[in-house]
Amino acid sequence: MSTMRSGSRRDFFKASLAGAALLCVGSETGPLATAESAAAGAKSRVVVAHDALLRGAGSTVDAHRMLALLDRAMLALSGRDRPGEAWKLLVRPGDTVGLKVNTLGGRGISTNVQLVAAVCGRLQEAGIKASDIVIWDRTSEELERVGFPIAIGGNRVQCFGTDRVGYEPELAAWGSVGSCLSKILTRRCNVLINLPVLKDHDGAGVTIALKNMYGVIHNPNKYHPDGCNPFVADVNMLPEIRTRMRLTICDATTAIYEGGPGYKPEHSWNANALLVSTDPVALDQTGWHMIERKRAEKGLKTLEAEGRPPRYIATAADAAHRLGTNDPRRISVVEV
Amino acid sequence: MSCSLDAQSVVKGPLDRRSFLKCALASGAALGMGGAAEPATGMPSGAASGSGDDPRYIVEAKFYEKLSNRKIKCKLCPRECTVGDKERGYCGVRENRGGVYYTLVHSRVCAAHVDPIEKKPLFHYLPGTVAFSIATAGCNVNCKFCQNWELSQSRPEQVPAEYIPPQRVAELAKEYHCPTIAYTYNEPVIFAEYLMDAADAGHAAGVRSIVVSNGYIQQEALKAAYGKMDAVKIDLKSFTESFYHNVVSGQMKPVLETLVTLRKMGKWTEIVYLVLPTLNDSDAEFRGLAKWIKTNLGADVPLHFTQYHPEYLLKNLPITPVSTLERAKAIADAEGLRYVYIGNVPGHKAQNTYCPKCRKMLVERVGFTANKVLISKNKCPFCQEPIPGVWHA
Repeated sequence: MSTMRSGSRRDFFKASLAGAALLCVGSETGPLATAESAAAGAKSRVVVAHDALLRGAGSTVDAHRMLALLDRAMLALSGRDRPGEAWKLLVRPGDTVGLKVNTLGGRGISTNVQLVAAVCGRLQEAGIKASDIVIWDRTSEELERVGFPIAIGGNRVQCFGTDRVGYEPELAAWGSVGSCLSKILTRRCNVLINLPVLKDHDGAGVTIALKNMYGVIHNPNKYHPDGCNPFVADVNMLPEIRTRMRLTICDATTAIYEGGPGYKPEHSWNANALLVSTDPVALDQTGWHMIERKRAEKGLKTLEAEGRPPRYIATAADAAHRLGTNDPRRISVVEV
Repeated sequence: MSCSLDAQSVVKGPLDRRSFLKCALASGAALGMGGAAEPATGMPSGAASGSGDDPRYIVEAKFYEKLSNRKIKCKLCPRECTVGDKERGYCGVRENRGGVYYTLVHSRVCAAHVDPIEKKPLFHYLPGTVAFSIATAGCNVNCKFCQNWELSQSRPEQVPAEYIPPQRVAELAKEYHCPTIAYTYNEPVIFAEYLMDAADAGHAAGVRSIVVSNGYIQQEALKAAYGKMDAVKIDLKSFTESFYHNVVSGQMKPVLETLVTLRKMGKWTEIVYLVLPTLNDSDAEFRGLAKWIKTNLGADVPLHFTQYHPEYLLKNLPITPVSTLERAKAIADAEGLRYVYIGNVPGHKAQNTYCPKCRKMLVERVGFTANKVLISKNKCPFCQEPIPGVWHA
């Protein structure tokens, strides 16, 4: 399984953007420009797609409405007219795609099965074989608990936890982190699509796109001191992660504004939204402010006032990391 | 925690092949690489390598307090992790489940060897004997030079393990003719509950217990857990807070407090200082360390300066030059410490014990083997100088 190197990934995006808007410093980027481009000075686009009727009349997410919401988000992000064309900017036949979901919080605050199914459908329409898609998280048990059926082998979308294959024996290191990486990442995919949820976090402040990569490493517990800073940023700098990352689709169907990362129904709200971006820093910045607005609405202090501002976001955007931008002037939030 | 997980460790006694290989595999095959075959393609090979939910290993933790919103505050080590529901502490082996804190590693042994006591190293404790040495996964620091990182920096479900309850630990120690159980390899602070229960079972069976530890533990837990130990070896990583912060992800002050408390408790204690070239090898540190030990613990506490072999995240450092170790020893000797050793340099004369008064050799060591032990009735046989330690069972 070949690993996408940074150079070939940039070439891929250049080719993908042929015919699309040119990258111009100071103006919004082409549809699916990389986070590096954003960090270099162009604007990052974060699409926030809402559907107040996502759950229909009940509490379960409606699969058709979720697909429609996803399509709306991807069209807004890409500037394309058809969902298939949007996805073809990200992947090409022969790619192997890992969908890193977030299931730690259990039922109620995990990546929705309906969202992931919709992503899988669109990927296949873009030419990715079903068996070349793997839905994954740390353990199969966590996946099953929230409704992802384990699927191993056969001509179907794969779904299993890192506990089934283990971690690489050799350490990957960058900055302050040294970790062993999930073999699902290193040996099963050359493209990574990040599917986090939207939660506050008692240590980091918030846990959204960037911190979802803690589920890729074998020792996340070592990287919680000091508000998870600079560890979250450093984990995302690991080349095996950075070179594969293409897109973040944050499932904000349900979101938590207090008491995270575990599920606290009393402090959750039905945001009924997706946040989509190729810039995980800009996405986290945007998600953070959504959480702050809800906290203010509920009469709670800001995360900063509680001594847990998400400092890792600024670190991820700094000159040493350049994983994206946290500068509101360089983030274009598109609500659809 | 200065021992490497060496499948070539001296095995004295009939540790059966199946058990030994299992344990040797566990010690060197962390992160899901051992046990079931791990195909190179990353295709799942079958059942998960180990569930975090095996109830045999999950016991309510000691040393924590409950907070609101189902959070807890761990009181085991100075980190005092505040842990939310479904989260684990820094050590990775203690988990909050609905506001109750659990250890996930009680009786969950990832490595078990019969080691010479000199390997710990404990030089003034039952020389020439062997210790039944056990470990779990996990650690409450993250030393960038860790020799056992595959165990210490892993979560329990990532490492093959065997269920060895306290009573069985004591039985195995006796079966393999070990007068001592040693809690070692990873950091025993984080499996305090298991350590305490195993020590009780051992004492009931006439088997002692020793611990090889970083000493990064709160006072209440220290007295409760290490109060059951018959000897303690503390790894003092450096003599600066900055090193502890930058290289260890810990703090030095609580470790010094641990040493003082152990002294007050009357626990036989030895100190290991692993010397890392350019990082903790200055004359000032060596001198400061030696002065502190003499003032606060006494001149009779054995101090081992050991040689570093590159590992984990500091593979860029060279092996500690022997001349550096000898410099450290010379400084400590000059400050009046009476038992200063050089470790991990097989054959060096500073591995032997000499009478501080008449300078005759009292214990000759080659590698991890005590060849000659001349101490009689806790005294030098030549000049009758008292030689502190636990020399006889």
